[in-house]
Amino acid sequence: MNNINKPNLTKIIKDGLTASANWILNIFVNTMDWIMDPIQRKIGVKRMAYIFLLPNLLIFGIFVLFPMLLNFYYAFTGGTKLFPQDRPFVGFENFRILLECENYFDPNTCTEDLFWRAVYNTLKFVVFQVGGMIILSLITALILNRKIVARGFFRSVFFYPVLLSPVVVALIWKWILQRDGLFNAIIMQFGGERINFLLDANWATFWVVFISIWANMGFFTLILLAGLQSIPPDLYEAGSMDGTNDWQSFRHITMPLLMPTMFVVLVLSLIRAVQVFDQIYVLTGGGPGSATLYMVQYIYNKGFSDQIHIFGLAAAASVLMAGVLMIFTLIQLYLTRKSDAV
Amino acid sequence: MDIKKFLFRTRNSKKIGVSDILTYLYLFFGVILMFGPVLWLILSSFKTPAALAKFPPSILPYGQETIVVEGFDDPLPLYIVTFPDGSEQKMAQVRRVGLEAQMIDPENPSEIVKVSINDRKESNKLQFEWSNYSDSLKGFNFMTYLKNSVVVTVAATIVTLIINSMAAFALSKYEFKGRNLIFLIIISTLLIPISVILVPVFLVITEMNLNNNLWGVIIPGAATPTGVFLLRQYMLTIPDELIAAARIDGASEWRIYWQVMLPLAAPALAVLTIFSVMWRWNDFLWPLIVLSKNELFTLQVGLNSFQGELNVKWNYILAMTVMTLLPISAVFGFLQKYITTGISSTGLKG
Repeated sequence: MNNINKPNLTKIIKDGLTASANWILNIFVNTMDWIMDPIQRKIGVKRMAYIFLLPNLLIFGIFVLFPMLLNFYYAFTGGTKLFPQDRPFVGFENFRILLECENYFDPNTCTEDLFWRAVYNTLKFVVFQVGGMIILSLITALILNRKIVARGFFRSVFFYPVLLSPVVVALIWKWILQRDGLFNAIIMQFGGERINFLLDANWATFWVVFISIWANMGFFTLILLAGLQSIPPDLYEAGSMDGTNDWQSFRHITMPLLMPTMFVVLVLSLIRAVQVFDQIYVLTGGGPGSATLYMVQYIYNKGFSDQIHIFGLAAAASVLMAGVLMIFTLIQLYLTRKSDAV
Repeated sequence: MDIKKFLFRTRNSKKIGVSDILTYLYLFFGVILMFGPVLWLILSSFKTPAALAKFPPSILPYGQETIVVEGFDDPLPLYIVTFPDGSEQKMAQVRRVGLEAQMIDPENPSEIVKVSINDRKESNKLQFEWSNYSDSLKGFNFMTYLKNSVVVTVAATIVTLIINSMAAFALSKYEFKGRNLIFLIIISTLLIPISVILVPVFLVITEMNLNNNLWGVIIPGAATPTGVFLLRQYMLTIPDELIAAARIDGASEWRIYWQVMLPLAAPALAVLTIFSVMWRWNDFLWPLIVLSKNELFTLQVGLNSFQGELNVKWNYILAMTVMTLLPISAVFGFLQKYITTGISSTGLKG
């Protein structure tokens, strides 16, 4: 009985689903026809372009462009009210609070010491994370580009963590690094002392960088691998006829041709590193103390999480951050244009 | 076939060099480092709270064996007892008094043997604690979070695909005033993330009454410059003659978009679908700001709020984490080839 019924049932469900999906799509298309046809008759074929652009531009304008301009208004107004009409104009006050320091190398002397801690932490993070990740991604890409078995499998292995959500990544590592976790068990197996990884400022900084590299390097490895595979193999053959060794062909063939891709990777990873937030927010919450407090979390804390929501400071800090990102973007545009010209 | 030969064969040379060995060592180490933590999470998620609290932890989810003995209401824990003469026996523990444990032989429950606790060790067996999963499905609103995440991901992806492809169609196939300017503005925000405009977007959301509303999560990110750029570049490669031919046949512009353009742009749409699902499923900061009611949380926000509570119950957190990473891992398993080639050919990710 069952055996006879089963395939029929799945077929019925499948057909039903396809039919209903088609039905919904048809309704959608016909309704759109009904709306679009009169419009087209009225404004003509050419101007239909504006109609096609409209929904995207509307959302883009309301949720991206307008907020970008509004952000400046927030940065120059004070108080704790959200609505712009309730906010008094304060000029550069927010920027003064953020930037005023007696000694720029000692955050304790700054009016807003947490901001400067966030700046220094972010700088440190960017240098180590981007540096470490580019080196590791390059090595991995070079290895994956060798003639190896199961290249697709290994490529997927290195890419897999990229798909995991920041919250999941943070929880996985929190579980491994906790006091009774796997790493402490391994350390004690070899006769070491138990370490509270996430409660020690130096260790926490190290793991935050490490985990961020772990979670992101697969993406950059893929891009570099694509760059490597676009180098014509004839060049290496010609090189080996001229008697180059591995290092020479890497130095004089691979590196110069990979440079454009390296620039893209460098700038993309810089931009992402400056905005680091979610993984670390879940993993350490910025702690211990403010050892892993970074820019975006500072903005989030000021505007949304602290008891008093100081939107002005949050907006001023994000204007400064957007400025830094803009500089990176311009550098990238300049460099890609330059390398395109070559 | 010789396994060693199979594992270490290289395509161009017959001999295995030092560099080949180093290569495979690196790859082997990479597999452990990349998959190991996830595997450890999955194994841990099947452990009982008692096994989770144990240090050093066992690799596989072991749990103490228990046995139901006549005359006792609860199942009794089983221990392996070593007697002074060196012989070992499996016995159930009735109770523990200081350094002494009262044990019985399950076969002969009437006779109580007193044993020093140093002479007994737990009898463990492989045991998968499925209740970690079933309990977190029942309690903790997991299903609600899952539903919200699915709604956000699906709705946002559909909206993104439709409005981005419409804009890309206009930007690639029409000549009109301001085309380049609009394209330039969209592209220039390619690298401005939502994190630098948090406060004003939050204001807009509040003004539109979309606070604590899933649409407040879905809509703001829908007009992705990445998607418009990706689709426009692809549509530029589709010949204009096809559109001209359709126009001669009397098709309306909307029909041309829907029945000529979209099917031809399917590969690019597929890449954007994958991106969008990934972005939305994993999104955290924006839902965290827009949603403050527990019943509206997405999986990521819910998971975070749960792990931040006092008295962290790791067995449930681990099970919920596994369930959160499962869907995206399954998608990756099926589509990994398309995902990896899609990303390396476009070089984009939000």
